[in-house]
Amino acid sequence: MMENNIFELQYAIDTFYFLVCGALVMWMAAGFSMLEAGLVRSKNTAEILTKNVTLFAIACTSYLVIGYDIMYGGGVFLAGIDGGETLVDDALKASAENGFGGDSVYSAASDFFFQVVFVATAMSIVSGAVAERMKLWSFMLFAVVLTAVIYPLEGNWTWGGGSVFGMYNLGDLGFSDFAGSGIVHMAGAAAALAGVLLLGPRKGKYTADGKVNAIPGANLPLATLGTFILWMGWFGFNGGSVLKLGDIANANSVAMVFLNTNAAAAGGVIAALIVARLLFGKADLTMTLNGALAGLVAITAGPDTPSPLVATLIGGVGGVLVVLSIITLDKLKIDDPVGAISVHGVVGLWGLLAVPLTGEATLTGQIIGALTIFVWVFGASMITWGIIKAVMGIRVSEEEEYEGLDIGECGLEAYPEFTGSKGSGL
Amino acid sequence: MKMVTAIIKPFKLDDVREALSDIGVQGITVTEVKGFGRQKGHTELYRGAEYVVDFLPKVKIEAAVKTDLVDQVIEAIAKAANSGKIGDGKIFVSSIEQAVRIRTGESGDEAL
Repeated sequence: MMENNIFELQYAIDTFYFLVCGALVMWMAAGFSMLEAGLVRSKNTAEILTKNVTLFAIACTSYLVIGYDIMYGGGVFLAGIDGGETLVDDALKASAENGFGGDSVYSAASDFFFQVVFVATAMSIVSGAVAERMKLWSFMLFAVVLTAVIYPLEGNWTWGGGSVFGMYNLGDLGFSDFAGSGIVHMAGAAAALAGVLLLGPRKGKYTADGKVNAIPGANLPLATLGTFILWMGWFGFNGGSVLKLGDIANANSVAMVFLNTNAAAAGGVIAALIVARLLFGKADLTMTLNGALAGLVAITAGPDTPSPLVATLIGGVGGVLVVLSIITLDKLKIDDPVGAISVHGVVGLWGLLAVPLTGEATLTGQIIGALTIFVWVFGASMITWGIIKAVMGIRVSEEEEYEGLDIGECGLEAYPEFTGSKGSGL
Repeated sequence: MKMVTAIIKPFKLDDVREALSDIGVQGITVTEVKGFGRQKGHTELYRGAEYVVDFLPKVKIEAAVKTDLVDQVIEAIAKAANSGKIGDGKIFVSSIEQAVRIRTGESGDEAL
């Protein structure tokens, strides 16, 4: 009886912890929205906000309908996740035999909730990279495919434990991605890269003789707020990925993950700021913001094993890489207004490769895992974007791009002026 | 009646307003404008890419004054807006054919 009470308490704590962390990750959608709204021009603000709120809803719905079933076998429309007394009884027995130190047991519904906000994060990464020139509805259509099929399938090969088209199993090869540097972030970046390659750069970004023109973001306070929101949400992203809080070992692990996540972000900021100062002679704010996110992405694949110093260094390397990557992509004329491909893709790969330094993963496993994720997501996205492009087009007209997508796609302005009570006054 | 139009550095606006009040100018209209003169533009930096800002922010002041006050107004603006550095701006004077105060219907010098 006493054991039963302890178990129920543990179950309740772990479920509660999972839900709170899920809510923190959900809040990252606000972070992406503000970051992207800050880094685009004001004429595209309403459109990017529309995109961000809608992609979140699409991700939640597609993952509920079929995505979760593909990834973890929860049944179409979540038919199979109603908890079940047998699950609890079996888990109680196993947990008690382990002295309550065994695997985490929590409500199946909380697992769905925690997983679904990760899908939305992956999709949010795409939206910034294709900003200011992509058709809204083409983007939405892609969001359905990515969140219903492309992401869940690679999620199944990794966290879901499934084999890659029946050929090999990444877990057996020593692949490990704690909270998703590769599975979530690099995947989102791969989908974004495919979209950007088919879409082309914003008009005026690159001149014929190879010069890069700056297109300054409209609102850097918003971009900074967005970065801080993401930073905060990341404690749920990585902290929740411990999957359990209710015993001393796991509580310690959770604390370490929070500590390391924060340390890596700080390392990313400092490194990116210094690199930008050395390269450009100025303290470049948006590069510094990207540095914070790079630090966070870098530590996400293994926030539980490094010492705080090593976590800071892993984040710092991420901060250096992100600045160099942004410059390189610009040289290749790959236009990414918010730096999403560099932050999540290049640094996501670094995060995966850094795990063997302190964790149990093998370098071979990490490389094969990274290749598997990238080839699948990039290839499937390229095909999907290609079909959408052939059927309905993915790029707005040159005139609409000049006028701004706010008017063209949403019929309104984010910052309306000259709209008096009778329609013409101030 | 003369219209005195001055393009000045934005941070000099308060000084110019006070100088004009002191000599009895009853009202001015202020507009934020952008432009270039011999000062030309300057370069800024965004994500590692330099870009030239060709048009610098300035403030345009318009003061409609009686003809006999024009020289004083020009002197007041020129003195208050002078920083001695390039980009201090210019003053233009043009004639006003008619002026009307909307509330009372007064016209000419009475309306200023």
